Amino acid sequence: MKTAFRSLVMILAIAMISCGGKEEKKEGFSVDRAKSTEKPTEAPEAANEVPASQRVTLDEKGVGQIKEITLDPEIDAEMAAAGEALFKTNCNACHKIDKRFIGPSPKGILERRSPEWIMNMILDPQLMVEEDRCAKDLLIEFNGAAMANQNLTVEETRSILEYFRTL
Amino acid sequence: MKKYRYSITTLLVLALVVASCGDQNGKASSNGALSSSAAEKVYVAPGEQDEFYAFLSGGYSGNLTVYGLPSGRMFKEIPVFSQFPTSGYGYSEETKPMLNTSYGFVPWDDLHHPDISQTNGELDGRWIFVNGNNTPRIGRVNLSTFETEEIIEIPNSAGNHSSSFITENTEYVVAGTRFSVPVPQRDMPINEYKGNFKGALTFISVEPEHGRLDIKFQLLMPGFNYDLSHPGRGESHGWFFFTTYNTEEANSLMEVNSSQNDKDFIAAINWKKIEEYVNGGGGTKIPANYAHNVYDETTHTGTSTMNKEVLTVDPTKVPGAVFFLPTPKSPHGCDVDPSGQYIIGNGKLSADLTIHSFDKMLAAIEEKKFDGEAYGIPILKFEDVLAGTVKSGGLGPLHTEFDAKGNAYTTFFISSEVVKWKLGTWEVIDRKPTFYSVGHLMIPGGNSRKPFGKYVVAMNKITKDRYLPTGPEMEHSAQIYDISGEKMELIYDFPTHGEPHYAAGCPAELLAPKSKKIYRLNENKHRYAVTNPGEARVERDGNEVHIYMSTIRSHFTPDNIEGVKVGDKVYFHITNHEQDFDVPHGFSIIGQNTSELLVMPGQTKTSVWEPKQVGVWPFYCTDFCSALHQEMQGYVRVSPANSNIDLSWSLGE
Repeated sequence: MKTAFRSLVMILAIAMISCGGKEEKKEGFSVDRAKSTEKPTEAPEAANEVPASQRVTLDEKGVGQIKEITLDPEIDAEMAAAGEALFKTNCNACHKIDKRFIGPSPKGILERRSPEWIMNMILDPQLMVEEDRCAKDLLIEFNGAAMANQNLTVEETRSILEYFRTL
Repeated sequence: MKKYRYSITTLLVLALVVASCGDQNGKASSNGALSSSAAEKVYVAPGEQDEFYAFLSGGYSGNLTVYGLPSGRMFKEIPVFSQFPTSGYGYSEETKPMLNTSYGFVPWDDLHHPDISQTNGELDGRWIFVNGNNTPRIGRVNLSTFETEEIIEIPNSAGNHSSSFITENTEYVVAGTRFSVPVPQRDMPINEYKGNFKGALTFISVEPEHGRLDIKFQLLMPGFNYDLSHPGRGESHGWFFFTTYNTEEANSLMEVNSSQNDKDFIAAINWKKIEEYVNGGGGTKIPANYAHNVYDETTHTGTSTMNKEVLTVDPTKVPGAVFFLPTPKSPHGCDVDPSGQYIIGNGKLSADLTIHSFDKMLAAIEEKKFDGEAYGIPILKFEDVLAGTVKSGGLGPLHTEFDAKGNAYTTFFISSEVVKWKLGTWEVIDRKPTFYSVGHLMIPGGNSRKPFGKYVVAMNKITKDRYLPTGPEMEHSAQIYDISGEKMELIYDFPTHGEPHYAAGCPAELLAPKSKKIYRLNENKHRYAVTNPGEARVERDGNEVHIYMSTIRSHFTPDNIEGVKVGDKVYFHITNHEQDFDVPHGFSIIGQNTSELLVMPGQTKTSVWEPKQVGVWPFYCTDFCSALHQEMQGYVRVSPANSNIDLSWSLGE
């Protein structure tokens, strides 16, 4: 029995070695599981069936130092360019323009969130997650990947917001 | 167990008694024994912070440890002279140059005497200087980053022990040799020591803005052992004092042969006079070879430069600059009181302490009252310079520090005690046992013009039964005494790391507000930094592969790398893109022959990996960084040396 087992292992081992550098493409196993991106692990409140990333909360200003800002109808191109540069250095590791990544894409964010909410989220994500319902739901929706505080100034944050307006 | 339970009950009862009669503002008064609770004095409640920083040398650990007083809690170990796998210091490509010497890479030393920078004789908290005793070096640690910024090797020195003490405006950090040696080094019989060996006392200038070190001059003294030193301060600013032993100039069986003379010397050096002499073109440049290693905070990189020359000064060529003060007996500590008037010789083989008077010394020099000379250096008469003697009854005085009320505190090694005595009257006020065999002691600011005389920390050489036993080897013990009252009170006992030979302390508010929280990513000038994850990439240069990688909670960019081959030398250049306080990321890869890296926010560090086996090898973050820390990993595919797989890298594809 022992010998038989050993031979089997040997044969398997040889079979594996003979496969060589180019691995045969194997399908992963499948079990009927929901992908967490499709169904948040923690169901949102009954009133809020829509995933946080698609929810429109334009009336919410979030929690933090930004209470009220007014956007000029014209986009300030210079400010937006500065914001783009900051975005690439400080945000791009987790937020991609063309796709959902570690966090959501900022594309179209101004259709869903108020400018104040966006700036508060950048300036103090921890406080937002603790005290803002939408920010908390977003954290859950995005697998608990907490947004990093990049220690940006209000001015820097404002320029990133301006960049978001161009997307 | 029963015994423990009994003592806990007793403690609780005592605590209740104490609590019920203590006053309401939490500060113990000194009325009666029971009203002052030692526990209350050292208890720093959860969430609260200590009153003082204490920097204890690590001795043979080669590093410096940071503690809080009065809690005795250890906050950090700062690597200086020893490799430190915890952070990658001395293992990372950026920090390897810091340990370069004329003997090559020396990854260890024996760190003895921390001293905090001063302005007008008061602690200013810019830097802390430390000495490497074995392969003579002086290190400078920045007290906003708490990182080693500079290490300079000391040529012509051996057993760099009467170091690293600073003058009162941090003009110089001084490094004196304990062992005299041939200068320059040469092949000669050991028993021709006498008259031929030299003791180099090195004055290293400190550039005021950035603290950069540069050897200004080396004073080549007679071949004694220069044990410890301290600067003059106040009225004696401009002088430096060194204790000597082995004035017998013995070269063997030192414990007998160096203990023959009933008096050795304290060497008094008028460094201002020598500085003038040197600035006027005096001194002799001789060939030398010593490393000067500097770490740049913006490039996050150390560089090592070899210097080839040093300026030496013959003390007999500068009249009026160097004198010997006879001092019993094989004095160890050389301490100067806050006023600068008294120079204390802690004669370790004597029962008494000898105190010299600076004014008397000047007068004796003025009147040329000499008692002979040693190798052309005038010896002053003991009686002419003596201010007083502390007859304590203790044995083996080693070190003295001061409070702000005119008291001095001296350790006695052999009789295991701290003795408090009064400057001027020399009377003993109090004595308390230590546990056991105390070496040095420290009062925050206790070697400056402005001591903060609330606590004294006694650093002991022997631990024995103070803590639960841990086999033959134990950490050394330290004791904290409350010295705010007339009598000292032992209030706490805590283990230290390595062997502290000295310490420096300062009020927390001097350092805490300026302690750096993060490195700004936009100020990162590291050659291999990626300040934007879009720049993350892999480049090949022959068999060198450079991986420009960034990290943020919780992934590496890139995290899948292919095209690496057996025989390659792979450099992982990791830039931490976090900009938040206390969010480092770590990096390690299977089979790495160095240590992990711990990369602070905004910083770049590099680890070299030389893959030896074909396979797919994981790397991961070693610092628990977020809820998704366990997901912070990646793979490197290593192909055979002759494979033609192209370099490729990706994240999330």
